[in-house]
Amino acid sequence: MAEPRTLIAGTARGGALVLEEPLSFWGGVEPSTGRVIDVRHPQRGANVSGRVLVMPSGRGSSSSSSVLAECVRAGTAPAAIVLAEPDPILALGAIVARELYGRTIPIVVATVPGIRTGDDVAVNAAQGLAELTT
Amino acid sequence: MPVELTEGDRSKLNGDHGEAAALAMRIVVESAGVVGARRLIDVSAAHVDGCLYHGLAGLEFAERLVAGGARVSIPTTLNVSSLDLLHPKRGQGDPAAATNARRQMDKYVEMGCRPTWTCAPYQLPDRPAFGEHVAWAESNAIAFCNSVLGARTDRYGDFIDVCAAIVGRAPLAGLHLDEERRARLVLRLEGVPRRLLASDALYPVLGHILGREAGTAVAAIAGLPAGTGEDRLKALGAAAASSGSVAMFHAVGITPEAPTLQAATGGRKVPVVAVTAERIRAARDELGTATGEALGAVSVGTPHASIRELERLAHLVAERRLVIPLYVNTGRDVLAKAERSEWFASLVAAGVEIVADTCTYLVPIIEAGPGPVMTDSGKWAWYAPANIGVDVVIGGLEECVDSAVAGRVVRDESLWADG
Repeated sequence: MAEPRTLIAGTARGGALVLEEPLSFWGGVEPSTGRVIDVRHPQRGANVSGRVLVMPSGRGSSSSSSVLAECVRAGTAPAAIVLAEPDPILALGAIVARELYGRTIPIVVATVPGIRTGDDVAVNAAQGLAELTT
Repeated sequence: MPVELTEGDRSKLNGDHGEAAALAMRIVVESAGVVGARRLIDVSAAHVDGCLYHGLAGLEFAERLVAGGARVSIPTTLNVSSLDLLHPKRGQGDPAAATNARRQMDKYVEMGCRPTWTCAPYQLPDRPAFGEHVAWAESNAIAFCNSVLGARTDRYGDFIDVCAAIVGRAPLAGLHLDEERRARLVLRLEGVPRRLLASDALYPVLGHILGREAGTAVAAIAGLPAGTGEDRLKALGAAAASSGSVAMFHAVGITPEAPTLQAATGGRKVPVVAVTAERIRAARDELGTATGEALGAVSVGTPHASIRELERLAHLVAERRLVIPLYVNTGRDVLAKAERSEWFASLVAAGVEIVADTCTYLVPIIEAGPGPVMTDSGKWAWYAPANIGVDVVIGGLEECVDSAVAGRVVRDESLWADG
């Protein structure tokens, strides 16, 4: 298994929310609450806010960068995002949130079959490699 | 691996061209790191999705750029917003959000972007040429640009679109590179009836399957009829970029980088997925969220209807009475052209509700009676239930019009039967 790789550096800790399917933040997450609103998503109704969000990849819309940046501004963003495949659109949301508000969330690429929803996960994403501990 | 920058790149990064150019270059360079680009390339045009309001972050970003003296340096078109500026009496949702949305739109125009307000910039006359490197955002436009035009854009999100437009540079990565444009899997149509292949109803449903199967990968579709046109490829790509993250596909024998399956895959052996009539029916039913026959309204034209689609709609509604509202979304440039056509009167006479600059799934424009909304768009069917809280039914354009005349779902079920 490849070492976890940092897309956006930072440290965070939170309860894991492991999604079975990719999620588009635009049209999939309500920025005012962090709730999953995609009607076809198996985990509709879950809340990403403050969680270490583990999912296969982003999905769809270019607007997901705006929605993630808005979630960071509104305080409803996940604590960190762990993706199996890199997603430049989500990374952009995190980059712009840092430029605008001086705060952001770490984003890491890793395959983590061992993490389950509810596990307490610490993310330590340095430049380059990242560490995930449960 | 750090990104190699030219003197010009560094000069922008250092603030020699103003604060906004420095901010834009920082974002482009950091994004280049994320996608593993070794250097940046020139891009000749941009399409910006960041003009659509999703909350204060997007507005504050645009304000920060304008305050820093931002100007786009290449021709730049703008995506839909949440407001129909041509028909301002239409529903605009929450008034405070509408005010912010308008402010955000104005900021992008102030930066020198063209107020095109369309998600189908490929329907404008000066679209990119084969092989041209551009920076396009808006998922359906990205898929069309790469797949149908053979121009090259990576899958760009909001913010980097306008940053690339300001600095005229983008990371050399992803779909800018030959190798990344090759198909990694094949969807092969097997036993799909000829009548279904000939109907526009197939294409959004097939796109939905493509999104589910391909995810983020480039796929080739084998078995589509020669001469499958742009409107059908648009519908296919838009659906695939909704249920998946498809930024490019090949239609073998149709799209420019796939004269043969061999050309699409680069000769590599790749997995093959069979797409049968049964799978297509299941995908159609997955896209719909409604049961029963009563309908509240019909909405077509997502992505924005082309001039050909508007003309076809005009012929389908001519001399008929619609008993439920029928909305069509289009871009203001296409609408201006349509208004000069002799068939346009048929749309007006039938009472078709024309929406420009925005889309019926973004803001609560639709005034429907009870019951779901029927659409010919896989993208609309995918997003509308969460965005505007309606149930959906999908069908071809002709079925949509017949349904608007009948006030209930009229679908030719024999079309979808096994071949």
